Amino acid sequence: MENTYYNPADLKKFGNITELQPEMGRKFFDYYGEVFKEGALTEREKALIALAVSHAVQCPYCIDAYTSDCLEKGADENQMMEAVHVAAAIKGGAALVHGVQMMNKIKDLTM
Amino acid sequence: MSIPVKSLKAQHHQFANPAFQLEVLQHAGTEEGDFPFFGAKLHEHKLYPLRPTGTTILQVNVGKMCNQTCRHCHVDAGPDRKEIMTRDTMQLCLDALAKSPQLTTVDITGGAPEMNPDFRWFVEQLSAMGRQVIVRCNLTIILANPKYHDLPEFFRKHSVQVTSSLPYFSASRTDAQRGDGVFEKSIKALQLLNAVGYGREGSGLELNLVYNPSGAFLPVGQKSLEGEFKRRLLSGYGIVFNNLFCITNLPISRYLDYLVESGNYSSYMEKLVTAFNPVAAANVMCRNTVSVGWDGYLYDCDFNQMLELKVQFGTPQHIRDFNLAQLDQRAIVLNQHCYGCTAGAGSSCGGSTT
Repeated sequence: MENTYYNPADLKKFGNITELQPEMGRKFFDYYGEVFKEGALTEREKALIALAVSHAVQCPYCIDAYTSDCLEKGADENQMMEAVHVAAAIKGGAALVHGVQMMNKIKDLTM
Repeated sequence: MSIPVKSLKAQHHQFANPAFQLEVLQHAGTEEGDFPFFGAKLHEHKLYPLRPTGTTILQVNVGKMCNQTCRHCHVDAGPDRKEIMTRDTMQLCLDALAKSPQLTTVDITGGAPEMNPDFRWFVEQLSAMGRQVIVRCNLTIILANPKYHDLPEFFRKHSVQVTSSLPYFSASRTDAQRGDGVFEKSIKALQLLNAVGYGREGSGLELNLVYNPSGAFLPVGQKSLEGEFKRRLLSGYGIVFNNLFCITNLPISRYLDYLVESGNYSSYMEKLVTAFNPVAAANVMCRNTVSVGWDGYLYDCDFNQMLELKVQFGTPQHIRDFNLAQLDQRAIVLNQHCYGCTAGAGSSCGGSTT
C-alpha cells in the first residue's frame, strides 16, 4: 500500500479505470473529451471552470491537471486565481445561505 | 528565478557543451525505462529516414550576440557571445541563393541579428535579389541604442517580414523569461512597428508574434491564443499584429538547464514523447529548410546547429559548397530533442504545423 492516499503518479493511470469496466469507462472518456472541446465556451474558459471546480471538490489530481491545462491554454495567473475565488465564494456562500435555514429554525424554536 | 546576465558559455557551465547536452538527452526516461529513440518513433510511422520534401527556406543565423540573455534561449545568446557571421560568409550565402531560385525565403536569426555590423548590407542584398526576408527581431533591440531606432523604417523599406517573441501579454510572465523590463520595451517597439504600418491591414507589412511557454508546459490552441493576444494587446496598448506562432521550447541549452534545475526535466520529456503526433512529424520544418551557422556550416535546423549536429556526412557541409539538389536527398539528422517539434499540434519557426 502507498503511504499516502494520493500519489501524483496515479494521475496518468486514470485511463486504467477502463480495465474493470471497459464499456462505461470508454463512454465516460468519450463524454469527457467531448465536454472539453471548443464550443459555445472556449477551451480556455472550460479549463478555468474545471480549475475552479477542482478546488471546490478539493481533488488534488484535478488541481494538478487543470493548473497545467490552464497554463497551456494561455490563461494567466490572475484569471486562475480569480477562478479559485469564484469556487471559494460559492463554497462560502453555500455555507452562509444555510444561515437563513438556521434563522428560520431559531424563529420556530424561540419566543 | 532571476535571469543570469552571463551566457552558459561564459559561466563555463556544463550545459554549454553540446556533447553533454546530448548525453543528458539520450538517457532520459521514466522508471519504466528510457524514452524510445526519436528515429525509431519515426520508423513506426514510415517516416524514417526523414528526408526533405523540397527546400524553400534558407535560415541564416548571423551570430550569437544579443542584448538579452533569455532564460529559455536555445542559442545561449547574450552580450558576451562574440561569434558573428562575417560579410564574406554572407556573400557565400548570397552566392548559394543566386544558384538556387527554389530558395524563395531567407529567415535571418541570431542572437539579435541586427547587432551584426553587416546585417543591413545583407538585407539590402537579399531584398535586391527579390527574396522574401524574415527577420527574427527581439523587439528590445530597436530601443537598445539610437543607432537601432530607425530599424522599423529600414524593415519597411525592404518589406521585411518581422517575427518577434512576446511570450505573454503580461509583464510578469514575459520578464520572467526574457529579463526585467523586457515587456515594457517590447510594447514600445511594437508600437513603433505599428506606426510605420506593420501589422496594419492593407499595408503588406507582416508582423508576427511568437508565443513560447514561460515554464515547463506545452503550448496549445494557437488560433484561440492568437485571438486572446489580439484582444489584450489591442485593448491594453493599441497594438495590432498579423499572426501568433506558438512554439514549443526544445530541451536544449538554457531551457534544458532550466528543466533540470527546476526538477521538471523527466516530466517535460515525457509530455513531449506522449504527445508525439505523426501528422506534425510529417510536417517538420527541417523538411523545407536548411540552416546556416555563423561560420557557414550547414545544419538541418537552428536547434541541430546549437547541438553542433551538422547535416548528414557526405552532403555539402559548408555554404561555400552549397548544392541544393544534393541537400534535398539527405537524411535529416535526428536526436531526442526532435520530440519538441512533433508534440501536439507540432512546432516550427512558423508555429504549429498541423
